[in-house]
This record gives sequence, C-alpha cells and structure tokens, in this order.
Amino acid sequence: MNIAIRAWDGLIRRDRVHGSLYTDPAIFAAELESIWYRTWVYVGHESEVPNANDYVVKSIGPQSIIMTRDEAGKIHLLLNRCSHRANQVCSFDKGNARSFTCPFHAWTFANDGRLVGYAFPDGYEGQDRAALSLARVARMDSYRGFIFGSLAAEGPTLKEHLGGAAETIDRLVRTSPEGEVEITAGFLKHRVKANWKFILENECDGYHPAFVHTSIFGVADSSIGKLYGGASTALTRDYGNGHTEIDLRPEFRKRDEPLSWFGTSEDRLPDYAARMKAAYGDKTAREIMVDGTPHVMIFPNLFIAEIQMFVIQPLAVDDSVQHVTALQFKGAPDLNRRLRQQTMGSVGPAGFLLADDSEMYERCHRGVQARSPEWVYLGRGEKRERRDELGFTVGHVTDEVPSRGIWDHYRKLMEPV
Amino acid sequence: MLSRESSSTLLAAVTAFLYREARLQDEHQYEAWEKLWTEDGVYWVPANGADINPEKEMSIIYDNRSRIALRVRQLMSGKHYTQTPQSNLRRLISNIELMDEEAGEDIAVASNSMIFESSLRDDTLWAARNDYRLRFVEGELRMAYKKVTLVNNSKAIYTLSFLV
Repeated sequence: MNIAIRAWDGLIRRDRVHGSLYTDPAIFAAELESIWYRTWVYVGHESEVPNANDYVVKSIGPQSIIMTRDEAGKIHLLLNRCSHRANQVCSFDKGNARSFTCPFHAWTFANDGRLVGYAFPDGYEGQDRAALSLARVARMDSYRGFIFGSLAAEGPTLKEHLGGAAETIDRLVRTSPEGEVEITAGFLKHRVKANWKFILENECDGYHPAFVHTSIFGVADSSIGKLYGGASTALTRDYGNGHTEIDLRPEFRKRDEPLSWFGTSEDRLPDYAARMKAAYGDKTAREIMVDGTPHVMIFPNLFIAEIQMFVIQPLAVDDSVQHVTALQFKGAPDLNRRLRQQTMGSVGPAGFLLADDSEMYERCHRGVQARSPEWVYLGRGEKRERRDELGFTVGHVTDEVPSRGIWDHYRKLMEPV
Repeated sequence: MLSRESSSTLLAAVTAFLYREARLQDEHQYEAWEKLWTEDGVYWVPANGADINPEKEMSIIYDNRSRIALRVRQLMSGKHYTQTPQSNLRRLISNIELMDEEAGEDIAVASNSMIFESSLRDDTLWAARNDYRLRFVEGELRMAYKKVTLVNNSKAIYTLSFLV
C-alpha cells in the first residue's frame, strides 16, 4: 500500500504529472484495465441504428463492439468475437442484419447475441448453446440517446458517473426543437501518433486556441479567438469524475444575440428560430439560442464541441484515433446544413482547426520523450480557481482547471484500492 | 467524339496540366495552384468510400471556391503549424485518361496518384484516384472540379494538411 501511494505521488501531483504517463506501455496496459475496460465509455448514439436489425461497429479502446438493434427494437452492445475461435463475426462498418455468420466455421449469432446455429451440429451433442452466445458489454445504459457501456459488471451507475456533467447533455439536446440529437452525417476518422491523454486534455484547454489556431482565426476573420483571450469572461469547469467544460455562456450572454454562438443570426436561420419559439416559447427559445451548445469533455472519450462530436479511441500508447461528426438536431434542417459545412471545414485530417491540434498532440508526444524536466506543468490558475454556485471548481477560460480535474479522477481510477 | 489527332492533342494538354498541378502542390506554390481553379471550383476529398453524398455526409475536404481560397490563405499565413515546417512531397501521376462521361463544356479527366510525404511525424504514403473536370478559360486549362478518392479513406488516416 505504502509503495503504491509513493509510486502515484511520484507520477501525479496537484499541479504536475510525470511525463512517463504518456509514454510508458505498462501504464497504457494498466489504463485499459482500470479505465477503458471498467468505467463508463461512450459507444454510440441511438440514432445510428434507427431501424430494426440495424447495426454499426463501434469500439471500446482497441476492442471492436457491434451495436445492434434487434427485431423488437432493443439495443445491444456485443463484442465482435466469435465464441468459437475468436474470428471477428462482423467485417462491415454498418448495415442491416438479423444475424451474423462467422466466416470461419459458419457459427451464426442472432443480432441479440444468441448462438442460433453452427455447422455440423452432431459434433456438439448436449451442448448448452446459451453458454456460447456472443459476449456482451457487461453494462449498457443511455442518456438522452447517448449510449454508454461498461465492461465491468459492477460499479457506479451511468447517472452517478455523469454526475453534474449530465446537465451539459440536457443543454445540448435543447438545441433541437424536438429535444433530440441525431448522429447521421458519418464519421471522419483522424489518426494521430500520440497518446490519447494529449487529446483528452486538449479538448478543454482554453489556453491554446489563441496560438495554435491563430492561422485560421486571422484569415477567416473569426471572433472565436476573443472567447479565449485574456479579457474573456468564459470559464473552465471541473465537474468531477474527470468531466470538464469550457463554459462560453458568460461571453455569449454579454453579446445577448440569438445564434451568435454559431456565428449567425435569426434572420439567416428563420425556419429554425421559428421552430424553436414554437417548441419552447419565445423567452426560453431566446435563452437557448443565446447560450448555445456546450463545450464539454465527458471522461474518457466523448467530446461535445459546440457543433461537432468527437469520440476518442486509444489503440496503443502512441496511437490514437478521433472519430468526429457534425452534431445534427432533430427538426432543424437549416441549422444542420450549416453544422455539416462548418464541421467539415474545421475538423478531421484536413480541418482548419484539427490539423493544427493534431500537430500539437504529436509534437507533445515526441517532446515528452526528453526526460528532463520530468514533469508536465499544469499549474496555470491554481491560485485563482474557485467554486461556482453548484460547488464545481471553475477558473478563467485559459486556466488548467480541466487538466487538473482529469488527472485527479485518473489517479482515483488507476491507484490500487 | 474527337478525332484521334485532336484527342491526342487534348490528352497532351491535359497531361501537361496535371503534371504542372502536381509540381505546384509538391513545391507548395499555393498561389499558383489556386490560380488553376475556375471561379466555380469544387475541391472534394470524400471519406468512407467514393460515393457518399457530400451534401449530407462528412468529407475530409469539401471546399467551394471561397473555401479553397481560405485554405490557401491559411497555408500562406506562416502560422499553420501542421505545415510549418512544410511536408516534403513528391507525387507520381499516372493512368491519365480522357473520360467519356458527360461534363457539359468541361473535359472529364481521371488519373491515379501516389504521393510520398515526409513530415515531422513520419514518412507517409498516400494513394488516390483523381477525377477532374477541366475547362478552357481564355485559352488556358483550369480546374472546375477535383475529387480525390484516397484508397484508404474508410480507415483512420493521419493529418492531411498539404494540398492533395
């Protein structure tokens, strides 16, 4: 016990973390066990399997997960591994199928995971087929259409895991006049040669945009840069459980202009504005359209970035993928079109923003190979952080409140009990 | 239908144009490359196959003319870190064909490309099918449309910040 505590004190302190946490393959292996295969991980969205027998292949870390909707409409998270000799039973990204037949020995599984047949069954007299179903993600739960899985049979509920951050998803879905997000635009898959935590920490790092994104803010005449400037009233927030946010509402409320958060106005999206007012009433619709959508990183892998959604997938200690798509809001076709256009310009391998972010992850990953200083310093704003009215830690938009929150939770998950 | 002579003359002109475009891209001559576009140019790099609907689904690049200009301005800014320093590039263009498809006044052309990129991250090999619609504007060939279908566009790919 003492040795373990000393070991973690040597790796994570309040204002700094040890560089080896990003590069040590043994740490990565331990993270898979203690984080990715244990805590709640975002897997997919209900709208990706809208019809009976639809499926889509997703992941939890390096593990392939088939998300299916069965004939009766129930959603399942199945591990993509034949219960016989481990061949992958599904080789397509998505489709519609009542069953999956393994190509190796023709074992066939219903889309709820049940083994329904195998070739030459006379060799299996007395076999209990139920014991040979496809494995399932031990626990599955959803929140407002977002489906999460935990590979641990026991642990906190999804509601407990989301905690205060659930409210950010409530805020998100209210951007739709029908209260629903739809994930229908397909994903870009952006690979980086960097540890996944460089991505995780960057998502709510409000210190970097003014520098990393200066090339696009300058030439696009963007007002985004000001949100992340020294004079900004926007906040960073630590919701606990590793969930972090950049809360831009104080700046948008100062502007007090509906849809300014998206760089547009009610005149340019009249159909959307009218539908919002019809759905929520003039006053509430205006508040929603002034506040905009959240910028929140749900630990460990779901990043909602105002107009798009990223899903972080770690493959190896220095190999990670960001899956990204435009958020789409049910009942908002004119808004959705602009969301797709903006998202395509901004993110993915050739995105005006993400091409530079990914460059930073990779340079950090190479940089941290140098052994001195041993620490990555995360002390920005430590002396001025405070509690908000709900008791969450908040700081200036450029402060490293989110990184400190992430590492605090990380240590709780990783440290042997 | 063009005669054999005029067809081979056109193919020679098209081939020279594609080689020139390739050289401008490899050598990061962004402004000269931008001048190859018509005023209504569309630059499209689809994701997840060749046949997606770019108006409904995510593409790696789906630039109209003004966004092509924005892309070039970002590259010219000197602060686009993913291209500072610039990737070292050389690409081979081959299998150039004049295609029969109806393209109005435009000339439908296809080619294959293989691009070797050497960047800070690593050396990366890219391969693509390129579909063009070219147009004579004041006697010079210009691009009205370029679609780059990367062979591996259904998989997770590294940052693609040079002009492909």
